[in-house]
Amino acid sequence: MTEQAKFQIKNLNFYYGDFRALEDINLELQQKQVSALIGPSGCGKSSFLRCLNRMNDLIPAARAEGEILLEGQDIYSPSIDVVNLRRRVGMVFQKPNPFPKTVFDNVAYGLRVNGIRDKRLLREKVEWNLKQAALWEEIKDRLNQSALGLSGGQQQRLCIARALAVEPEVLLMDEPASALDPIATQKIEDLIHELKKEYTIIIVTHNMQQAARVSDITAFFYMGRLIETGDTETLFTRPGLQQTEDYITGRFG
Amino acid sequence: MKSIFKRKVSQGIAFSMFRAAACINVLVLAVFLGFIAINGISAISWEFLTQMPRESMTKGGILPCILGTIYISLGAILVAFPIGVGTAIYLNEFAGKGRWTRIVRMGIINLAGVPSVVYGLFGLGFFVIMLNMGVSLLAGSLTLGAFILPLIIGSAEEALRNIPPSYREASLALGATKWQTIYKMVLPAALPGMLTGLILGVSRAAGETAPIMFTAAVYYTGKLPSSVFDEIMAMPYHIYVLATAGTNISETRHLQYGTALVLMFLVLGLNLAAIIIRNRLQKKF
Ligand SMILES: Nc1ncnc2c1ncn2[C@@H]1O[C@H](COP(=O)(O)OP(=O)(O)OP(=O)(O)O)[C@@H](O)[C@H]1O
Ligand SMILES: [Mg+2]
Repeated sequence: MTEQAKFQIKNLNFYYGDFRALEDINLELQQKQVSALIGPSGCGKSSFLRCLNRMNDLIPAARAEGEILLEGQDIYSPSIDVVNLRRRVGMVFQKPNPFPKTVFDNVAYGLRVNGIRDKRLLREKVEWNLKQAALWEEIKDRLNQSALGLSGGQQQRLCIARALAVEPEVLLMDEPASALDPIATQKIEDLIHELKKEYTIIIVTHNMQQAARVSDITAFFYMGRLIETGDTETLFTRPGLQQTEDYITGRFG
Repeated sequence: MKSIFKRKVSQGIAFSMFRAAACINVLVLAVFLGFIAINGISAISWEFLTQMPRESMTKGGILPCILGTIYISLGAILVAFPIGVGTAIYLNEFAGKGRWTRIVRMGIINLAGVPSVVYGLFGLGFFVIMLNMGVSLLAGSLTLGAFILPLIIGSAEEALRNIPPSYREASLALGATKWQTIYKMVLPAALPGMLTGLILGVSRAAGETAPIMFTAAVYYTGKLPSSVFDEIMAMPYHIYVLATAGTNISETRHLQYGTALVLMFLVLGLNLAAIIIRNRLQKKF
């Protein structure tokens, strides 16, 4: 491989107190690719995702061992500024979590904390990102209303717009489409295709078709271990392991 | 079938008991308000609200008491709100779970349990005498501020705790620093709760007698307070004075009840304002 991977995860072990949620994960995630993480509930997909932007730092007893390199730099090394890391590695959470602010202020939040004050620029960027997240048409008249009044699916797209607004290099998406109807899901998948040209995207999904449609590589997790990884087409048509095949064909259990 | 009937009966009994408990509350309040209103309403007049007391406080109005109560309540909140909110932010957002935090929390809990008259004595010894402030609006505001401090801290902390962790996560994940997260997201979202605490603090301060009777309030003063070093009259203390030490206790009964009525309306008004402000702000978000 000539090009350096965006993320290199080496021997990652991750603990909640005494409980080991991730075991010896080794994985490379390439630039301008969509990587899908699949696996049954509780297998550690969210925990893994949250290691990548150090969101797990907020959980008191959580602890990571091993290396996670972002463009060759260990994100757990003391010289890394975690605020800057999180600006570079954006995240859309599993549960929609818009701020109790207006729609506009939600999207503008990340821009403002990063020092953008110019009103016109803010307005332009808010509009552009809401369009990106396929939400603009629905709520362009409600920009000054509370984001908490939106439907679950709209809230999730708002959170996507909010994450996109700070122009991260990597976007972590934890089941971004779980609360969406098929039309909005389609829009999000189109968006992922679009974003792939510039961003590195890592998406958790329970929907096998979705993983097959949007991703270039797929990683299958089970009980805290990375069981199999490979390019999506191969993994879905000719999985290397019986366990993987059972899971993707729904014969799991 | 029988079991459904039985369940309905037991549900009925439970509901009636809770309803009775709620009714007793309302009843007590109604009797209480009614009693004071009936006895005090005859004293209320425009003159009563806007004039100085006359003839050894057996005639005239209670303007200095009303102003004194408003000033000292505002003074107390001016002291307690910034310190209280600051403490709550520190405890809830920055402090770890170590020994120091436990000591601070213990201190606050103990402060809340100290009887109000002890605050009064402390204020007398510390602010009035040691710091040489004299019996003054300033000394009283500081004492009363210390008295309502635990209340302010408590309500501010509760407001902060009510902000779900997922909001903070979302903010941090956007590359906001911890401090940005606090002042751009957490504080605005917690503001309605904090303001409720503020107004409850004011109304609490307005009704207290013991913390101010050695530190700020006097039996009688012929002039309205014009600086923070002036002594004041205040409604709760005025009631106490008229009812226990006035020149003619039984003749001023209606004045005592009238003052109580004004004080109660002030406090009820403040509480109502608290509710309205909170609802407004909550609706906005
Ligand atoms: N804050 C926490 N403290 C302790 N244990 C946790 C915590 N969060 C998750 N876990 C545990 O870690 C394991 C992995 O959880 P994780 O949320 O990463 O699973 P997941 O693959 O994302 O599941 P799902 O598909 O249901 O979202 C689970 O066993 C879970 O109970
Ligand atoms: Mg998850």
